[in-house]
Amino acid sequence: MKEIALDAIHKSLNAKMVPFAGYNMPISYEGVNIEHQTVREKLGVFDVSHMGEFLISGDKALELIQKVCSNDASKLTDGKAQYTCMPNESGGIVDDLIVYRINEEKYLLVVNASNIEKDWNWISHHNTMDATMRDMSDELSLLAIQGPKAAEAMQALTDIDLQNMKFYTFEVAEFAGVEKVIISATGYTGSGGFEIYFRNEDAAEIWEKVMAAGKDYGIKPIGLAARDTLRLEMGFCLYGNDIDETTSPIEAGLGWITKFTKDFVNSENLKKEKEEGPKRKLIAFELDERGIPRQGYDIVDENGKVIGQVTSGTMSPSLEKGIGLGYVPTEVAGVGNKIQIQIRKKAVPATQVKSPFFKG
Amino acid sequence: MNIPQDCKYTKDHEWVKIDGDTATIGITDFAQGELGDIVYVEVDTLDETLEREEVFGTVEAVKTVSDLYLPLSGEIVAFNDSLEDEPEKVNSDPYGEGWMVKIKFSDASQVEDLLTPEAYKEIIGS
Repeated sequence: MKEIALDAIHKSLNAKMVPFAGYNMPISYEGVNIEHQTVREKLGVFDVSHMGEFLISGDKALELIQKVCSNDASKLTDGKAQYTCMPNESGGIVDDLIVYRINEEKYLLVVNASNIEKDWNWISHHNTMDATMRDMSDELSLLAIQGPKAAEAMQALTDIDLQNMKFYTFEVAEFAGVEKVIISATGYTGSGGFEIYFRNEDAAEIWEKVMAAGKDYGIKPIGLAARDTLRLEMGFCLYGNDIDETTSPIEAGLGWITKFTKDFVNSENLKKEKEEGPKRKLIAFELDERGIPRQGYDIVDENGKVIGQVTSGTMSPSLEKGIGLGYVPTEVAGVGNKIQIQIRKKAVPATQVKSPFFKG
Repeated sequence: MNIPQDCKYTKDHEWVKIDGDTATIGITDFAQGELGDIVYVEVDTLDETLEREEVFGTVEAVKTVSDLYLPLSGEIVAFNDSLEDEPEKVNSDPYGEGWMVKIKFSDASQVEDLLTPEAYKEIIGS
């Protein structure tokens, strides 16, 4: 089990720590509902240092990224980030990730913790053009500072104008007295804020200063459990739940990050799938009655026939009802269409809705 | 960790309070802490007669779902339906307002199989 740099701090805050993707991670502190609400209304900080970071550099860096990723990284300029995925050769997804363009010959790829080794091997395998690759996952820590008060509260720690940073842009600047911190206007909560990347040895100092700067704004540490309910209320995909080696980006609703302006791994087949239309689609649904959908529950039609599976589900803390994502045949998919979720012995009626569930 | 002396316990982290031939049942302080925020308590076995160890309901937290096992054979005679609107009572007052069902138990000898507070304390290592 690997330890993140702030392990002792989390334990001192009474975090419930659980093994996740090979790391001991804080899953909750006070309770998932209060943590969720804190991020929606004020300000919370997540330690997501388990995430993986690869630095791709040299004059072949872009060529390698364009080959393995579905989105078009040539559209990036310095200081811009892009959500993308790496398709496999059989129609599925190796991982979803964010690509940061630091400069023309230097890119940072941020990948899921559970996929670090797999992604590294996959990208290495396709690196026939010999771009320089460096795995920085064990050197870097990552805090997600999220919530409507994030910019205002964190402004004391940097000269960068946080309030006016555009979504999916970043700066490399001094933050909390530490130089060369990546300050990125990104997140996985839908409540705004920043993700900051820095070296492990600076983690304790940055954590302390972030908590101090956020004190008057009601900042709280937030665990991975609330990270999951927050992202699900936004309808954001989670690798391992909603997307995996067997789900295509087209059926997962990730056509918008799948750009056929260039060739990439499996692009021909995906292009065909997009033109012909996928056989199934990832849909968002709300339960019409009490109950909580969970990953793996069957989706059934009015005759009780199984037509798909729930890939993510929870009781939405903001909406106070059961919400979920799941795959159904394309002919069944459509906002307003009725489905049923098999919860134990009961088929509970549900309605397909437009994502995000939470509209702020 | 709160483990009241006037209750008996099960390895499934339920508490049982005996009053004549009636038993009140809920989940322990340890259990509610492990589950986290409880958002739904479902009991659809009211008025049914079940055997010991049968599932009589389900407790759902934000992140997990957990079955509820009947600690004694008997008839489910009451469900705490205030939990339908305020399931969080299980977190805030697991041995009081967070009680779940009352049963009329059919075999008094089964009571002796339940755990003492001391034995339960040992199981959860507190």
